[in-house]
Amino acid sequence: MTTAPDQIHRALDRVIRADRGRLVATLAHSLRDLDLAEDCFQEAITRALANWGKTGLPKSPQAWLLSVARRHAIDTLRRSKSFAQKSADIAMLTAEIAQETHEVSDIPDHRLRLIFTCCHPALDQSARVALTLQTLGGLTTPEIAAAFLVKTPTMAQRLTRAKSKISKAGIGFKIPEAADMAARMQSVLQVIYLIYNEGYRATKGCDLIRINLCEEALFLARLVVSFLPDEAEAQGLLALVLFSMARRHARTEESGKFVPLEDQDRSQWDKHMIFEAQNLLESALKKGRIGVYQLQAAIHGLHCQAETAEQTDWVQISHLYGLLAGIDGSAVVRLNQAVALGFSGQGAQALALIQQIEHLLADYQPLYAAKADVHRRNNQFEDAMHAYNRAIALSTLPAEVAFLQGRLEECRAEIGENSVAQKKRPSKARP
Amino acid sequence: MKYLALIYGRPEGSPEYGSEEWGPYMAGYEAASKTYNDDGVFVAGEALQPVETATCVRIRNGETTLTDGPFAETKEHLGGFYMLDCDSLDDAIKYAKLIPSAQHGTVEVRPVMTFD
Repeated sequence: MTTAPDQIHRALDRVIRADRGRLVATLAHSLRDLDLAEDCFQEAITRALANWGKTGLPKSPQAWLLSVARRHAIDTLRRSKSFAQKSADIAMLTAEIAQETHEVSDIPDHRLRLIFTCCHPALDQSARVALTLQTLGGLTTPEIAAAFLVKTPTMAQRLTRAKSKISKAGIGFKIPEAADMAARMQSVLQVIYLIYNEGYRATKGCDLIRINLCEEALFLARLVVSFLPDEAEAQGLLALVLFSMARRHARTEESGKFVPLEDQDRSQWDKHMIFEAQNLLESALKKGRIGVYQLQAAIHGLHCQAETAEQTDWVQISHLYGLLAGIDGSAVVRLNQAVALGFSGQGAQALALIQQIEHLLADYQPLYAAKADVHRRNNQFEDAMHAYNRAIALSTLPAEVAFLQGRLEECRAEIGENSVAQKKRPSKARP
Repeated sequence: MKYLALIYGRPEGSPEYGSEEWGPYMAGYEAASKTYNDDGVFVAGEALQPVETATCVRIRNGETTLTDGPFAETKEHLGGFYMLDCDSLDDAIKYAKLIPSAQHGTVEVRPVMTFD
């Protein structure tokens, strides 16, 4: 029996997409070596490509890959110099092979251990993000490199270095102890948040590889919540990602032009996602352990509840940003608070807050975009134009530049009309 | 797996002998050493004489040069070390956190290389 190559590729792609994380986690758990686990899994893929054409698709591709990877691991360990030291590992793998079945459900799910390992705070933060995307998300090194705008060899080196540190420094492949749990959880959620944030930013630039990062963040957040349903902040983060993704289709025009929240066609928002997010957020808030992700989700939730932009509860949103600033007093959060104040008609307070943080966010594009917007709403068009020009100079995304140019022209037109109106007024004759 | 915990600090950053903080500081070291021994992770550990006593040795083309002072001109200097035998980096970090100098200096945790 032979199987067509494209059929094999499709079957393999499906398995890699859905089960790679689980299979690598199983291998890494036995081997206590992520690097070796990845190598063995890769070898199994290579052999699948070579063999399945001749033998046909195995009954359970997952079980087949795991079995081949385990045997390859045994061979690799036998060849290593410290054979004696590794003999316990070989015995364990041999025992696992003896227990192999074709049932996918028999494969233990160690992905939570894997995510805690990949997000270990002893690793460089950019490496944590890349490693999580590779081992759990199944993204390739070139894909991750493209998503974070670095060269493939740079990303490959970053990944290799991180995996080597995990193995050489003895970063354990385990769930953290209770005393460390809160800090380690924070690191995991931060990695998912960074992935989401990078993907979200890209939605303004219609960059498909980077938009997929939102899907990855959603997948990872779901994974963590499914393992740890009592973590309020994990639920909060999942709700935040869902609220944000619910609006993804309304965020860009067909031409790729970015559409700001207030101009979005709200009928395009995904109601199922919003519903799921609201339930998650309620469940999280009931736990009484408020945190930054729950607060951000609550802010997104208020946006999603408003049937029109005018109905947005900006007072409540600026209040939530105030609470958020109390926990995470970063200038960026205070900038968002200023934006909310601006929308709620408190333009003077908004500008006062922007003034306080301006020196902290020099050359930060969103600051000038926000400042311009508040001035524009206050009818201070000259000041608005000044800030728009600054924001445009600092923009890197063409869609964003186009949007800001449009606003700039609006301000120019306003000034033009006013000055024409002023000239028409009879001026007092000078003595 | 063996880990070396290298204890770095600024001389003016750690409590002075005879000061009010000196007693609790030393008691912290005693408590850490006791935990290491009780848990069976202690391999070695010493405090070093101040950096002014350091001598660097270099041999180039068969010729030995000695220089007074530490290898690197940094603000934080190596002041002591522990070698601990732990199961994982997490365990090593847990024990490193007990070192009082981590409160004002830096403790660098490095795995010892095994040749295989």
